[in-house]
Amino acid sequence: MFGAQGTGDTSGYGGLARTAASTGSSERPYGSYFDEVADDLERAYPMFSEAIERVVVDRGELTLHVKREKLMEVSKILRDSLKFEMCMGVSGVNYPADAGRELHAVYPLLSLTNNRRIRLEVSVPDLDPHIPSVVEVWAGNNWHERETYDMFGIIFDGHPGLTRILMPDDWQGHPQRKDYALGGIPVEYKGATTPPPNERRSYK
Amino acid sequence: MTTFDPYAPSRDTTEGTVYSVTGGDWDSLVQEIGSTKEERVVVNMGPQHPSTHGVLRLVLELEGETVTEARAGIGYLHTGIEKNMEYRNWTQGTTFVTRMDYLAPLFNETAYCLAVEKLLGITQDVPERATVIRVMMMELNRISSHMVALGTGALELGAISPMFFAFRERETVLDIFEMISGLRMNMAYVRPGGVAQDLPDGAIPKIRDAVKLMRKNFKDNTTLLVGNSIWMKRTQGIGYLDLAGCTTLGITGPVLRSTGLPWDLRKMQPYCGYENYNFDVITADTCDVYGRFLIRMNELEQSLRIVEQALDKLEKLEGAPVMVADKKIAWPAQLAMGGDGLGNSLNHIREIMGTSMESLIHHFKLVTEGFHVPAGQVYVAIESPRGELGAQVVSDGGTKPYRMHFREPSFNNLQATSAMSEGGMVADIIGAVASIDPVMGGVDR
Repeated sequence: MFGAQGTGDTSGYGGLARTAASTGSSERPYGSYFDEVADDLERAYPMFSEAIERVVVDRGELTLHVKREKLMEVSKILRDSLKFEMCMGVSGVNYPADAGRELHAVYPLLSLTNNRRIRLEVSVPDLDPHIPSVVEVWAGNNWHERETYDMFGIIFDGHPGLTRILMPDDWQGHPQRKDYALGGIPVEYKGATTPPPNERRSYK
Repeated sequence: MTTFDPYAPSRDTTEGTVYSVTGGDWDSLVQEIGSTKEERVVVNMGPQHPSTHGVLRLVLELEGETVTEARAGIGYLHTGIEKNMEYRNWTQGTTFVTRMDYLAPLFNETAYCLAVEKLLGITQDVPERATVIRVMMMELNRISSHMVALGTGALELGAISPMFFAFRERETVLDIFEMISGLRMNMAYVRPGGVAQDLPDGAIPKIRDAVKLMRKNFKDNTTLLVGNSIWMKRTQGIGYLDLAGCTTLGITGPVLRSTGLPWDLRKMQPYCGYENYNFDVITADTCDVYGRFLIRMNELEQSLRIVEQALDKLEKLEGAPVMVADKKIAWPAQLAMGGDGLGNSLNHIREIMGTSMESLIHHFKLVTEGFHVPAGQVYVAIESPRGELGAQVVSDGGTKPYRMHFREPSFNNLQATSAMSEGGMVADIIGAVASIDPVMGGVDR
């Protein structure tokens, strides 16, 4: 449990290189209601094996890794046939080491009818960060997609107004990407400039 | 403009005349606008405005007094908490999340800690006493949060007395928080594996007294507002949002329950042992501001019921541990109250500095580096006062979160502003936003 790995830097300011391994596919039976969800989806959606890259069951949660081309079809079927009426938003995760799949978008879904939860995950390369917007399926994802665009630069095609939501409109870069250093911008106040924290001497 | 008004200067732009309104200068402004042919007025309300429930900016397009378009602008309180947490260890994370939705800090902490515990696989190992304390603290917090929702909501609609009563009750709760954790807000009391420290001596009778007092005091606001004809006129049929609107917009909490759907995660997907408590899920079927107000009022009593049951349980669990037994996760030092306030217990300092080198090393490693959390991702949702609060936590196996995202109910529910207020009167926007009860610290994070 203890023991330094890698550089051993614990301050967080040393540019610690970190990688996150993606877990492999899970085997059936998945347990709980997950088999039923997978069966229902396969029945309602014949292209299941083409659209779903991996099915992962980890810590009692089901994740369907969906190809981005099929996201809209899968979303509509999950909402209409499998009664996942609510999408609890989308959040991005940046895995710089996962070549070709650097940016992940994670959608937690909730079914009020069946009292179930599953998760969709879509991964796209850094160089082509486009994912179809699910706003027309779950209107409440509007702001969540804007936030994910703001923080990760994932472009949600078909979004009614994809603009920055938390950062200022003219901000450069996407702060939650791993290559974006924690720091900030120099602040000028009454003629004196305070450098961002990562450029102050004590943190070097 | 015939006379220069220092509080409402105007300038002409390509978009039309722009007025900068700063104070009690409405008469001259109304006169000015009334003399023009223009029917359509765009009003920028906020981010600094006493009735927008925090630093929320509303851009309103008005035809006369009817709102044709309402858009909310957020981000004025963005502090980058999620990014910062990637540079701090798992235990330090609690001190960040507690500052997100600052009216419901214990919910943020508990959601985060439940997620970390799920990643660690120690959900079952968290001592029962810690879980019961969490439940008790969360329900007290629900009361204080609803009190702000009710008090400020009423204040924003022009009723001042309810706020005095509401903040009096909130003060009672905050005193309890201060007694238990040392802080009134942002207490970082819930930690991965349990809670920071046990209840102080004599806490249970004091909380029982407070419960009794609050139950009596809640009646003041009930008699003041329930059935009050002015209050009903300002809230009934206002901010209408039905079940279909709620599901498509992902709305949860009192707004969803005001459509008649008894959806409460404490009942539907119990966590922290909520299945062992007797309480009712309060609903209304009016889909309006009045329904949401009644739900919050009645949830206060349900929270008191849960607190009482938690106190009964705590009496039976006297002396039981409040932190997971695994010393590789549990914080090495128990806090103690000293002459200068809460701090590391002197016994612990004596041990690590005077008698045990191993304890010192252990303390040092755990505090500076922290514990490793196995790689994976989890999503844990709890019922906060405002709806589903979800913690999406990703670990890469390191001592810090790889990614931490909060699905904030305030952030999500604020999207309903347009659906609730477009087509209505401009004065009713205030009631609609207040009934969503957004906390901007949670919205912007």
